[in-house]
Amino acid sequence: MAADSYEDIAVDKGEVIPALEVPPQDLYHAKSFWTRWIFCQDAKIIGIQYSITAISIGLVALVLSWLMRLQLGFPQLVPFLGAAEYYQFVTMHGMIMVIYLLTALFLGGFGNYLIPLMVGARDMVFPYVNMVSYWVYLLAVLVLVASFFVPGGPTGAGWTLYPPQAITSGTPGGDGLGIVLMLISLSIFVVGFTMGGLNYVITVLQARTRGMTLMRLPLTVWGIFTATVLALFAFPALIVSCIMMTLDNLLGTSFFMPALVEFGEQSEYSGGSPILFQHLFWFFGHPEVYIVALPAFGIVSDLISIHARKNIFGYRMMVWAIVIIGALSFIVWAHHMYVAGMNPWFGYFFATTTLIIAVPTALKVYNWVITLWKANINLTIPMLFALAFIVTFVNGGITGLFLGNVIVDVPLSDTYFVVAHFHMVMGIAPVLVVFGAIYHWFPLITGRFLHEGMGKIHFWISFLGSYAIYFPMHYLGFVGVPRRYFEMYDSEYMAVSTNYLNQFITIVALIVGFTQILFLYNIITSAKFGKKAGKNPWKACSLEWRTPEVPAGHGNFGKELPVVYRWAYDFNVPGAKEDFIPQDIAPDQIPEAKAEAT
Amino acid sequence: MIIALALVLLFAVIGIIIAVAFPRRAVSMALALVIIGSIAFHFWTPWWWTEVASNWGNIDGTIILTFWVTGAVFCAVCLFMSYCVWRFRYDKDRKSDYKPENSKLEWTLTILTTLGVCALLAPGLIVWNKFVTVPEEAADIEVMAQQWYWNYRLPGEDGVLGLTDLRNINDENPFGMNLDDPNGLDDVLIEGDDLHILINQPVKMNLRSIDVLHDFYIPQFRAKMDMVPGVVTYYWFTPIRTGDFEILCMEYCGTGHYAMRGRVLVDENQDYQEWLSEQITFEEIMASIDQTDLIQMALNKKGNN
Repeated sequence: MAADSYEDIAVDKGEVIPALEVPPQDLYHAKSFWTRWIFCQDAKIIGIQYSITAISIGLVALVLSWLMRLQLGFPQLVPFLGAAEYYQFVTMHGMIMVIYLLTALFLGGFGNYLIPLMVGARDMVFPYVNMVSYWVYLLAVLVLVASFFVPGGPTGAGWTLYPPQAITSGTPGGDGLGIVLMLISLSIFVVGFTMGGLNYVITVLQARTRGMTLMRLPLTVWGIFTATVLALFAFPALIVSCIMMTLDNLLGTSFFMPALVEFGEQSEYSGGSPILFQHLFWFFGHPEVYIVALPAFGIVSDLISIHARKNIFGYRMMVWAIVIIGALSFIVWAHHMYVAGMNPWFGYFFATTTLIIAVPTALKVYNWVITLWKANINLTIPMLFALAFIVTFVNGGITGLFLGNVIVDVPLSDTYFVVAHFHMVMGIAPVLVVFGAIYHWFPLITGRFLHEGMGKIHFWISFLGSYAIYFPMHYLGFVGVPRRYFEMYDSEYMAVSTNYLNQFITIVALIVGFTQILFLYNIITSAKFGKKAGKNPWKACSLEWRTPEVPAGHGNFGKELPVVYRWAYDFNVPGAKEDFIPQDIAPDQIPEAKAEAT
Repeated sequence: MIIALALVLLFAVIGIIIAVAFPRRAVSMALALVIIGSIAFHFWTPWWWTEVASNWGNIDGTIILTFWVTGAVFCAVCLFMSYCVWRFRYDKDRKSDYKPENSKLEWTLTILTTLGVCALLAPGLIVWNKFVTVPEEAADIEVMAQQWYWNYRLPGEDGVLGLTDLRNINDENPFGMNLDDPNGLDDVLIEGDDLHILINQPVKMNLRSIDVLHDFYIPQFRAKMDMVPGVVTYYWFTPIRTGDFEILCMEYCGTGHYAMRGRVLVDENQDYQEWLSEQITFEEIMASIDQTDLIQMALNKKGNN
């Protein structure tokens, strides 16, 4: 794996391809409609199942956000929406977007579809477990949806579910079934994810085709792989805290519950620690940010390289940056808790680690933009989304330097600055990558392009709109407007003008939201009537485009698995006639290409 | 609403004009305009900090510093990108450069970024150190939060807050005062009313909650800290101007969170003493509900000490 220089990674000198040591994996070939499309073991179908489920539940969260925005901008239009409902919508919106949409879509959706194809495998190594993983995920989603229909409604504890309020009567759903179902749903999600996650990790480690060294994996795979490793370490903290809180709630144990007086009544609880829950939650919660961000980093690197017709700059550094960011993400969690009442000495440590993580992250950004230098930039829709990602990600990243620096966080924490920051960095930025990735790989999945005109409208409104929503929102945070306030604009120190800004944000949010309907329409109609794409329409080098038929059949590749001779970024190699050389083209097939001549 | 709609329309019209007038340059121009627009917004924004009313003006200083350093990086990266999109647009006859690595450039950028990060972190930690080091002369004030209002306790003439225990809380003893501790007798109790503090007197806010998490925050003072049941957290500040300030609960605490507000008034000495003399002590409360025997018990204890 450890290569001394990029030339060794870039192309083989001939003798490094090992022979096949174990016989290839046998696959279960589906025989009926049910095993082919429903209880399916093909990672590609499972990836699509994950994606459709995740996007469907994500649409629920989108509608919730419209209702929240209406309450903030034009409360007279939503008189039926009270404080309890508002908090329930805030909670469900956050939880769905972070866990059930983004995590499931990047790892379950893109991971399943792309990992086997990109590493040159016929399928995931445990296809049956992979299938079960999806159905357990679906169950988690259904339990979550069920909580909307129980007496008292879903929990309104905020997505962080901090005890004691999460399970006391002052919080919507806190003394009913709402919080119980939320905790159960999360636990089920973790179980399902663990099955899928082990699959992604082991497939990358074990099932790569001959010649596909780790240092030749496309960055998409590196991003998803590292994110999955993080998730496998982080999710146990979540399931543990969910189970303990369920016990506190149902059996009256006191893991997280101290003695307290609830509306004048002495409680039975005694001796538990609310701060312990916060540590456990963020030990999961901070890596979770990177579980969403790393796949986006990987995918966007590939989109930029392919559509700019230039190799990604500093591939090895990009890989190590992903790995280092992943490792560091486990020692920064308490920067979410600077004002939580923990020992102030923690502040020094976590501020330092948090700001250190900015270095590898900044290097990734530099490498993306340096890749554009002297490139041949094709402004396709995926490329546009990649450029927009860089703008929003850098913007959201630098505000992280505000919040990560402990003293700067003190006045900003729990204000709209935080809301703007995390929406920019782990909401908008990864979602822009999701869009770019869908436009990019849609021809791989369906054999057809998405409609370009609709794509452009979708892009410009989504990008500029979401920037116009979240950029000014930071300034509400400077004013001091607190997050999670159902209403508040009678405060005298707060200028009346914050109301106007809120109205502006609401209008833009509704426009951006409705534009997503156009996107869905585009997907549905283009799948059937879109322009035919043919094989490898973007002229990419990676293996997913090199299957004998597009879309790939069961087993992905033909009789023989491809053999890999070079990295996934051989664009415009000096001497070569074509402007790209796929990974499975041997050096002696194009002797005129002289990569080392540079 | 009309202003907001007009702004949205204005942006849309500018966008369409650019797209029609410069079809081949629209993307790079749009990217540059986003940056220029952000800078313009930053300088002309009507939304900015409230005027600071405590000694924590240097927190604002660290924020301004972070703004300049990170803002410069943001603009540089995005404008560079915009230039690349302008300059290196796709042309099927052109070959892009083949340049996989450049370790000198990569190391230079790493070192520069590290220096930038240190420039932000070092002053930040110095100010944080001040923030967590409470000066000796700070006066104690206890804030006790419950769903959804604020209560306060001042230490009284002896300058010491009496011990409390949440298990003592009942209708007659809402603060859970510990009767075994005579230091509590002269504590001034303020239930759900305004708090007054003295200008230029450093105060240590001892924060506790009796039910769920809360957070005692006054935007003009900049300092905030969560209140956690079972723990006493704290922060300190010195009010530097008189006035009437609004308290906001900053940690989500249930359905009434948004309504959990209160007032702090910063007074000159005379006004402060006048207000203080109108407040009642724990001893007076106990006397008013005929619990004088308990007071005697506590006083005896004090005598024994």
